Amino acid sequence: MKEKGLALYRWLDRRLGFAKPVTEAAEHPIPANSASWWYVFGSAASVILMLQVVTGILLALVYTPTARDAWNSLNFLNHGLTLGWFLRALHGWGSDFMIAIVLIHMAQVFLFGAYKFPRELTWIVGVFLLLLTLGMAFTGQVLRFDQDAYWGLGIGASIMGRVPWIGAWLVHFMLGGPIIGATTFSRFFALHVFIIPGILIALVGVHVWMVLRLGINEWPMPGRLVRRSTYIQEYEAQTHQDGVPFVPDAAWKDVMFSAAILLAIMACAIFFGPIGPSGPPDPTIIQTAPKPDVAFLWIYAIFALAPPALETPLLLIAPIAVICVMLGLPLYAGEGEKHWSRRPVAVLMVCAIAVSLAILTSLGENPPWSPVMNAWSADPVQPKYLKGRTPLERRGAVVFQQMQCRNCHSLDGIGGKRGPELNRVATQMTESQLIRQVLQGSGNMPAYGSALSPQETTALVGFLDTLNGNQMPARDLARPLAEGAPLAQPRQSGKQ
Amino acid sequence: MNDPMKELIDDPSSENPLNQPSEHSRRKFLFKVALLLNGAVGAVLAVPVLGYLFGPFFKRNASYNNWVSVGTLDEFPPGETRLGKYRNPMGTPADGQTRTLPCWVRHIAGNQFQVFAINCAHMDCPVHWFPQSKLFMCPCHGGVYYQDGAVAAGPPPRGLYEYKYKIVGNQLLIWAGELPTLSTEASVARPGCASCQG
Repeated sequence: MKEKGLALYRWLDRRLGFAKPVTEAAEHPIPANSASWWYVFGSAASVILMLQVVTGILLALVYTPTARDAWNSLNFLNHGLTLGWFLRALHGWGSDFMIAIVLIHMAQVFLFGAYKFPRELTWIVGVFLLLLTLGMAFTGQVLRFDQDAYWGLGIGASIMGRVPWIGAWLVHFMLGGPIIGATTFSRFFALHVFIIPGILIALVGVHVWMVLRLGINEWPMPGRLVRRSTYIQEYEAQTHQDGVPFVPDAAWKDVMFSAAILLAIMACAIFFGPIGPSGPPDPTIIQTAPKPDVAFLWIYAIFALAPPALETPLLLIAPIAVICVMLGLPLYAGEGEKHWSRRPVAVLMVCAIAVSLAILTSLGENPPWSPVMNAWSADPVQPKYLKGRTPLERRGAVVFQQMQCRNCHSLDGIGGKRGPELNRVATQMTESQLIRQVLQGSGNMPAYGSALSPQETTALVGFLDTLNGNQMPARDLARPLAEGAPLAQPRQSGKQ
Repeated sequence: MNDPMKELIDDPSSENPLNQPSEHSRRKFLFKVALLLNGAVGAVLAVPVLGYLFGPFFKRNASYNNWVSVGTLDEFPPGETRLGKYRNPMGTPADGQTRTLPCWVRHIAGNQFQVFAINCAHMDCPVHWFPQSKLFMCPCHGGVYYQDGAVAAGPPPRGLYEYKYKIVGNQLLIWAGELPTLSTEASVARPGCASCQG
């Protein structure tokens, strides 16, 4: 039996000739210190890519790629087909893990100076791989053709619409027509299934080829500088003197880590299940607060936090600038120190970017800038703010609810966070300031002058004036003088 | 695997002295002619391919729009703002649910209307109308508009997009068909413009 197997292997290899180059590639010597747990992220990303390709093809067996039927077929996958939910979950979580691992890989390569000579092009191709990965994530989100996908397309189109001169053309090109519809969907399907994966797989091939050809980065040593004239001799000397074969000395860690990552994806898929779809892609159902997937929440946060005047330049220039900086990095800093302990700016940058992304993502997860659209009807005024109040003040609390003030203002942390919390507003603003603010608005607050009757305004301000958190309310010093009352006496309306 | 790395150092002595055919041979000439011919065929082929890809987008904006009905007049009582729905004039059955689109119809009085796009001018998210406070609020980044579509608060760079409208018989028609963005604005700039009617 073994003989027969060996004969078959020889028969095949005489024709294919794979055995020699594959063995050589697998056993090529690498610096002993590169057989490290820090060097496992690239291979893990390729393994996740394989998972995505396989699960993607399996999903495509059932998924109906049209604007009309996609949402229904996803629900059929989730609920009507044995383990369909699991395949969808694997593909969805695989995508999140892929982005995370690619980012970690990139940070590691940057901190270890691995982008320096002669691996500049490997880094540049890697930057494109990151962009393609994000492209897969965005187009994948569109193929989950639900409410979020529909309005996400609108957000994409509105960004295109901000481009000067060719904005309209770009909007139509992105949507495959003047409006979101069947052709928009087909366009994103082609991108997600043919165009981007085609380029992605080809570039992964180039990337891995260059890693094999140029050798894996050695473990950086403080003070050992990269010079174009000497690096290659030094690297060769290192791999020949104390080199180890990639397989098995380093590869066992890659394989082990990939297995752990696959297990983690499976665990997420089982415990958290498939991602979406949310409501149907019916634009007339407007009771929705569209939000992008995790990978894009930080962008969503920037849209809300950037000063409006800076928004368009930021949207159009910043991404191009960032990409150019990333592409130009190895050409600018192709030589010199590799070790992180001698590159404090690099370490600081990675930390700053990581912290910023984390903060923006967590803000995007629970956005304080969005009004809570149902707070006015869902979050009542707490009883403690109504006890012992006059009928007018209680009427004011009703106005406070009815006029959607709660959508932006919270009481004790409940309600919208768009505007300031109002628990103690009476200690910060006098009665006349409150009236002016309510009627005229200012900054980020709309004017309610046309929506409130004088009686409603009086009641509302009367209620707001009771919100003093048991502290001395804000007073207008001139008013008692004008009214001829003694200065020391606090205003009667201040309670609680 | 290490040999190819030597090529990275500029070393003229590492050039491969292949036995090249003579400078001007017939096969070289024929190969160049074949390349040229192939390039020409490729260029000819590229014309219809590029036409297919980009042709539809050179149309004038106006041709995307059409007069479509958002409903009968009695669906929009005077003094109120209500959600109107219209069918995409360019739509096909393949659009599914995306074929029917919403808009906000404000009936001011008599024959005076304002028809707003559902899309926030900031990022095209759907705005909600709150009749009590007479405000449109956007759930995405907190854009707020007054009842006439003017910006009340938040990041929007302009007021709500407005559709041209006309009244034919009992029907309220709007001039629509294109997703409004900052460069593909809906048709009306001024609120309550008299010349917009029919």
